Amino acid sequence: MKINLMMDRRLPPQPNELIDRDQPVTFRFEGHVLTGYCGDTLSSALYANGVRMMGRSFKYHRPRSIYSMAGHDANVIVEDVGGHRTNLRGDGLLIEPGLDVLAVNTSGSLARDRMQITERFGAMMPVGFYYKAFHTPRSLFPIYERMMRKAAGLGRINPNGVALNTPKEYDFCELLVIGAGPAGLCAAVGAAEQGVDVLLVDDQPRPGGSFNWQLMHGDAVQHMRKLLADIRRHQNITVRLGTQAAGCYSDSWVALVDDQRLTKLRAQAVVFATGCYEQPAVFANNDLPGIMLASAAQRLIHLYAIKPFDRAVVLTANDDGYRSALDLSGAGVEVAAVLDLRSNPQPTKLSTRLVDSGVKLLLGHSIYEAEPTRGKQGVQRVVACPVDSEGHGDLSCATVFECDGVAVSVGWTPASGLVSQAGGSFRYASENEQLVPDSLPGNCFTAGRINGVFDLPDQLADGTRAGKMAAAYLGKFSGELGKPVDHNGPAFSHPYPIVVNGRKKSFVDLDEDLHLKDFVNAHQEGYDSIELLKRYTTVGMGPSQGKLANMNAVRILAKLNGRSIAQTGTTTSRPFHQPVALSHLAGRRFTPVRRTPLHAWHEETGAVWMHAGDWLRPDYYRINGQDRDGCILGEAENVRQNVGMIDVSTLGKVHVWGSEAAAFLERIYTGRYARQAKGRLRYVLACDETGVIIEDGVAARLADQHFYVTTTSSGADAFYQEMQRWQILWGMNIVLSNVTGQMVAMNIAGPRARQVLADLTDIDVSADAFGYLGVFHGTVAEVSAIVMRVGFVGELGYEIHVPASQGLYLWQKIMQAGGRHGIRPFGMEAQRLLRLEKGHLIVSQDTDALTTPYEANCSWAIGRDKSFYVGQRSLQVLQNQSQERVLTGLRFDDGFVGSLPKESHLIFDGPQIVGRVTSIAPRTTLGYPIALAFVRPESNIAGEPVMIRLDDGSMIKATVTTPSFYDSENSRQE
Amino acid sequence: MKIIYCPVNGPRPLQEFRFGGEVRLMPDPDGSSDEQWADYVFNRSGEPGIKREWWYHIASGTWFVAERNTVTDEFIRTYLYEDQPDDG
Repeated sequence: MKINLMMDRRLPPQPNELIDRDQPVTFRFEGHVLTGYCGDTLSSALYANGVRMMGRSFKYHRPRSIYSMAGHDANVIVEDVGGHRTNLRGDGLLIEPGLDVLAVNTSGSLARDRMQITERFGAMMPVGFYYKAFHTPRSLFPIYERMMRKAAGLGRINPNGVALNTPKEYDFCELLVIGAGPAGLCAAVGAAEQGVDVLLVDDQPRPGGSFNWQLMHGDAVQHMRKLLADIRRHQNITVRLGTQAAGCYSDSWVALVDDQRLTKLRAQAVVFATGCYEQPAVFANNDLPGIMLASAAQRLIHLYAIKPFDRAVVLTANDDGYRSALDLSGAGVEVAAVLDLRSNPQPTKLSTRLVDSGVKLLLGHSIYEAEPTRGKQGVQRVVACPVDSEGHGDLSCATVFECDGVAVSVGWTPASGLVSQAGGSFRYASENEQLVPDSLPGNCFTAGRINGVFDLPDQLADGTRAGKMAAAYLGKFSGELGKPVDHNGPAFSHPYPIVVNGRKKSFVDLDEDLHLKDFVNAHQEGYDSIELLKRYTTVGMGPSQGKLANMNAVRILAKLNGRSIAQTGTTTSRPFHQPVALSHLAGRRFTPVRRTPLHAWHEETGAVWMHAGDWLRPDYYRINGQDRDGCILGEAENVRQNVGMIDVSTLGKVHVWGSEAAAFLERIYTGRYARQAKGRLRYVLACDETGVIIEDGVAARLADQHFYVTTTSSGADAFYQEMQRWQILWGMNIVLSNVTGQMVAMNIAGPRARQVLADLTDIDVSADAFGYLGVFHGTVAEVSAIVMRVGFVGELGYEIHVPASQGLYLWQKIMQAGGRHGIRPFGMEAQRLLRLEKGHLIVSQDTDALTTPYEANCSWAIGRDKSFYVGQRSLQVLQNQSQERVLTGLRFDDGFVGSLPKESHLIFDGPQIVGRVTSIAPRTTLGYPIALAFVRPESNIAGEPVMIRLDDGSMIKATVTTPSFYDSENSRQE
Repeated sequence: MKIIYCPVNGPRPLQEFRFGGEVRLMPDPDGSSDEQWADYVFNRSGEPGIKREWWYHIASGTWFVAERNTVTDEFIRTYLYEDQPDDG
């Protein structure tokens, strides 16, 4: 790249310039060392240094430069040399010492981009080219894919990049005003005067919006000074600059993004004073460096004190173009001509001033084409001619103007994205030739140019009115709002700023390199609705999300269809409105974990943890010199031979009180509880309305009108919620109380459990007084406890429930007292092994979303002659249907060696799948591996073999058996 | 993120709530045919419009009914099941 470092395009100091001339900043672009000023963006600093070509276009790799200077130029996208920061826009990136960036989307370098060749093949790459060309032959697709992926992206990501943590902030306000231009400032002041707390945000580093670069003549300066003073004076206005409102979500939840952080803001009301985006004109070679929006030229002059061109042509269709022509003259640019698309515009003060200054003005003219300099890195002349309303030029009357730049001001389209996201809708106002808000949510208001209001006094009045309306919505203003502000005078947008040129590319979407002919072709192929056209051509899907392309695309499609713009419609706006760095969005991993009150004890005792739902539970306790399986088997054997204790505090625990407590349980569960004796325990099984098992546990009757019910650990929350809902629906006289977190529960199990407990409790634990399924309320080690005789693991067992605060004390007391009986803690795995040996199922482990009690051998738990329970009606239907599968036991040979199946491995009879494994225990206290499995009833023949397929495809044999592998007479738990 | 008005706790953010499905009345189990019962337990109406739905405020354990427009995702009103308005 040739950079003439002698070239300095800086103007003398400008009143509103953002640069600090006392602070030069040195930075690197494409390896070249350049200097700008603090406050410069990359684009302005490059332009000031005489750099015109700043990027390459997406598809044809054409030289591109500044186009909007408004923060959404897709022409100038860079990444830092380390690849840590990507997708940086030149017109938004402030230069700083050490900045070292490269243009994206080049092969080689920006200056010698090898991909320039794609333009020569442009005719062979019409829109839809990828879809049509790269699907056959299929065998080549991997090559196509690599090629396309390389061609399609913008920039590179450093896969070794460091994860950045950025802070996230929550905030709220009464009124959020988005945009600190003339209308936004007035809205903020108008609302603050009524006592509303206002947050005013703007993405620019300085408040004032177009006051800073466009509306700066005559009394506009006084208006701006007064408004900024008012903003400072009001204590209830907070201003956040350099802050994007990046997305608007439900109920006015707005994402605010600045350099440092993402703020999740909840606003009670919002004023959108987001303004408009100036729109391009479509003519041949309208993308050459040096052709830019008039607002971009004005920003260069007033914000960065840069002379945009030496000799310019201004293409306009509104008064703003005349103002920019005057600004260019004021900055020393020779204005070769002003071309006005309108045939007979009404003279205005600005147009009169311009004509008086001697600038050539051609009415009803547009640019037919721009001619590039050698190397296409700039414009050297434009061909102007009269143009009709269909975009056809009359070349017989053409005039050629030598120039090095073109300022385009042919229309504006509202920055409507956030309003649409908030639920607002827009309509096309033909008197303005632009979209204006049609309907808004009750707490949302719009002000200024977004409403089609362009004259400064109108903008100010519109802003004040919006502020008052927001105050009225918030209940802080009840006075007169005054009449709505209407846009009067000529439209600021031209209905068809497009000139047809059959030979050269006339760009509609600079991001995606789409030109007029692409739209004609797509329309010919039948893509005649805007949403389809968008997807086929990808218009508006580039980095600027159609801010500069969508409106012209709609105008073109309307023309092609011969329909109105209102009939053509628009595309949908989605967050984010501007790109947001992923580091701003990425959150920290946050997994809530529940710990039982005995957690620290388990930890000290060598627990190896596992996640069980929300809970952390000991999987097993580590013993030096033993592997996991050995530890687990040791714990299980100690339960079988001596006594063990497990923390079961994670079980759901619910009190049911009231005169209808038993009746309620009878409706919730499948069994019968009305005649359950006080001090007795019963198994409970719950189904959903389709008859599928969802829960099990035990119900202890503590008093006539009081049950204490346990549920599974993982299902506790959901099942309690269902109990609550049924209670509401049935209106029964009961009170439910979920005490899952308030109680610690421990299960002492093993042949010596009774001896351990006898030493500690005032309850008579003799077999006669306290038999299986008995319940006592008494004290254990002087702690008030509910003690229940249970048999989940198949041994003599006591489940002790105590208040959480007493849990650790009691646990330690029992461990102490049990020492001489050989007590040891056991973890979840040992418990799963022991219950599997006993053939007890675990709901959601051995049952799935379709398992009925009949399939799970739980018919015994269904009470007969009940009038109603949840799932009853469905089970009545199912009872009469043939069963598809049944839960059964499988055993493997004694001393089995080799790979065993895993849970969910399939069971075969010949080529037929006849079932699957639900639980498996490789090492058991029985001496051989066992499993629970679903099999088809015809395969459930005890003693017969079945084949199970392993991960590697090999088959192994198991023998069907009844699922109670251990103590089938239940002699040990009695 | 949405704000939902819990009839007991007032306006709270969406994450504090769980959706509980449409409010549907159970037909008389004894008086309905197998087909009618199967329709009740297996079929749900996906028709967009204003629906009466169960919502649960997790933090306080409160079930309530919300009338919600499923087209616009707008909560029209919320109330406890037993406080159902006459026109509801």
